[in-house]
Amino acid sequence: MQSAALPTAESDARFIQLVRLADDHLILGHRLSEWCGHAPMLEEDLAMPNIALDLLGQARALYSHAGIIENKDRDEDALAYRRLEREYTNLLMCERPNGDFAHTMLRQLFFSVFMKHYWLSGESSSDPVVAALASKAQKESDYHVRHCAQWVIRLGDGTDESAARLAKALQALTPYLHELFESDSVTQTNGDVGFLPEPSTMQTRWRADIDTIFDLAKLCLPSVENLLTQGKSGGRQGLHSESMGFLLAELQFLQRTYPNMQW
Amino acid sequence: MYSQGLNESNLASAETPEFLAEFQARIDADEKIEPNDPMPQAYRQTLIRQIGQHAHSEIVGMLPEANWLTRAPTLRRKTALLAKVQDEGGHGLYLYSAAETLGISREQMTEELLAGKAKYSSIFNYPTLSWADMGAIGWLVDGAAIMNQVPLCRCSYGPYARAMVRICKEESFHQRQGYELMISLCNGTTAQKDMAQDSLNRWWWPSLMMFGPSDSDSLHSDQSRLWKIKRFTNDELRQKFVDATVKQAQHLGLEIPDPQLAWNENKNDGAGGYDFGEIDWDEFWRVVKGHGPLNRERIAARTKAWEEGAWVREAALAYAEKQKSANTDPNNLAQKVS
Amino acid sequence: MSTSSVTPLWEVFIRPRNGLAHRHCGSLHAADAQMALQAARDVYTRRGEGQSIWVVPSSNIVASDPSASAAFFDPADDKIYRHPTFYDIPDDVGHM
Ligand SMILES: [Fe+2]
Ligand SMILES: [Fe+2]
Ligand SMILES: [Fe+2]
Repeated sequence: MQSAALPTAESDARFIQLVRLADDHLILGHRLSEWCGHAPMLEEDLAMPNIALDLLGQARALYSHAGIIENKDRDEDALAYRRLEREYTNLLMCERPNGDFAHTMLRQLFFSVFMKHYWLSGESSSDPVVAALASKAQKESDYHVRHCAQWVIRLGDGTDESAARLAKALQALTPYLHELFESDSVTQTNGDVGFLPEPSTMQTRWRADIDTIFDLAKLCLPSVENLLTQGKSGGRQGLHSESMGFLLAELQFLQRTYPNMQW
Repeated sequence: MYSQGLNESNLASAETPEFLAEFQARIDADEKIEPNDPMPQAYRQTLIRQIGQHAHSEIVGMLPEANWLTRAPTLRRKTALLAKVQDEGGHGLYLYSAAETLGISREQMTEELLAGKAKYSSIFNYPTLSWADMGAIGWLVDGAAIMNQVPLCRCSYGPYARAMVRICKEESFHQRQGYELMISLCNGTTAQKDMAQDSLNRWWWPSLMMFGPSDSDSLHSDQSRLWKIKRFTNDELRQKFVDATVKQAQHLGLEIPDPQLAWNENKNDGAGGYDFGEIDWDEFWRVVKGHGPLNRERIAARTKAWEEGAWVREAALAYAEKQKSANTDPNNLAQKVS
Repeated sequence: MSTSSVTPLWEVFIRPRNGLAHRHCGSLHAADAQMALQAARDVYTRRGEGQSIWVVPSSNIVASDPSASAAFFDPADDKIYRHPTFYDIPDDVGHM
């Protein structure tokens, strides 16, 4: 494969970042799927699985490509199901329990606005597989933003109760925002060679979109400085919240109980 | 769709023998009945009951499979199952819409379901205890549903028939993904094959019960057949299902848990078919009457979703209301025009 | 659960491909037009069924009355002179 020609450090960085992204999508898609059958209205029982299916589809493509770059015979399921908790490197935001509908929608909005811009930049990746994946995912994220923004606006400018719930969700999620933009040697390497953009470069565009939506939702996002200083961190290093173990206990249940089988 | 436009005079249409005969003649001529058409009260009520029950079955039917969404063993299976359960929600939605053309609202039907006044398919009151149940449900439960539903595509009531056409197109993926899942298990390790057999053992009889009481005990069948709401009897459909499924079980190398199952070449007018054992009708009626393994839990789960979703639905309505009054506010209008 | 909080009903029309007309495909519930459009996308185009969607509040549909259908539609039945086959053209004139 093309990766064989790359210096180890570079191919490692690619693998690590693809797995981070895949983990974000898997874990968030998994959380979203928990709503299926329990949504506030039937129409939403179709909408949320649509988003979850997009996320899971992106996770599959990302894991598969990561596996090829790694070149150690790990397929999408080996990566998705058969790693230790510390080896999952998703954003902490993604693993948070769903909470109420306001929390779920706001989290999805934060994530999807980020991904929309991220994939848009990713379309010019030096890796054609990533570029193709980004252009497909970009359209999907664009729709997720529309759907979630619509709800965030309606909850924010709906009833007193919905506004209060949304404000509470914002408070709960704010500490997790800065992790979206975190930069380290992996993201720097990938940014330098044009493999995938530096997450930190998304901040202005992300902020502008969120501000527009929040205006209509009558919400106010804390200033950037606060986001950076009050942030939680650790997901990219595999240091998770207490809820992650339970999530993995379900996710990995069959693969752990019956190792090495075909399903 | 048309419920708002329902003609009051139709609802009260005097059901003279001539009117009923005329209606029956339309049915006999294979004409479709559409929402605003005059129809006997009993026809309308039968449809509301049947379509409502069918819709509730799809919605409650999401729960047993959703129970395994977070534990699906591969990403391929996880996405297939999620798409499948989502489809069932869609089926419920199409069917509620069809019922709404008869002058009942989705909210009303939901309230009846949650109050325990409306029935739904008893199969969904059984628990999903292993991953193999995702296979058995797709294969047997969706398989039985297809047997029931394909004839309904030709049902005399237009909106119901159209909803069924859409649903049937989607159902075949459900059955195939379930059967394929069973194939994987049966080609797998002993543990996996045992899991598959155990699942077939638990789902076989409840699947046969899905066709409803035996023709001799069925309350509604005769009139429904005359009206072409139902085209085959419960027992006919059950027989078709058994005949189709036995081969599929043999292909999997699984044993159907019925010692009386035997080929009978005289069955089906000499075409041959399977004799099978007697359904445990006590169990059937027990579950129908609300005392199955999970009747309470299923309704509790639906009630929770409905009640906890109330503030979301209210917020959306409140927002829509605000937007409407903002748009009719003379100041705003002036702005728009200028 | 009060009836005051009933979410309005919408009719959904889908254009399967450009070049074809929008066709009624079902209905759904939504509080406003924007949500109705998105719900229509999620409910009725999951298998690539659409290129364009219309949603219309069901209450805005004005339907002809079936009991008037004889008066509305029967009079067109015998106007056969509106159809091309009503007119005899000799075969040797060719297709017209
Ligand atoms: Fe279904
Ligand atoms: Fe069904
Ligand atoms: Fe199904």
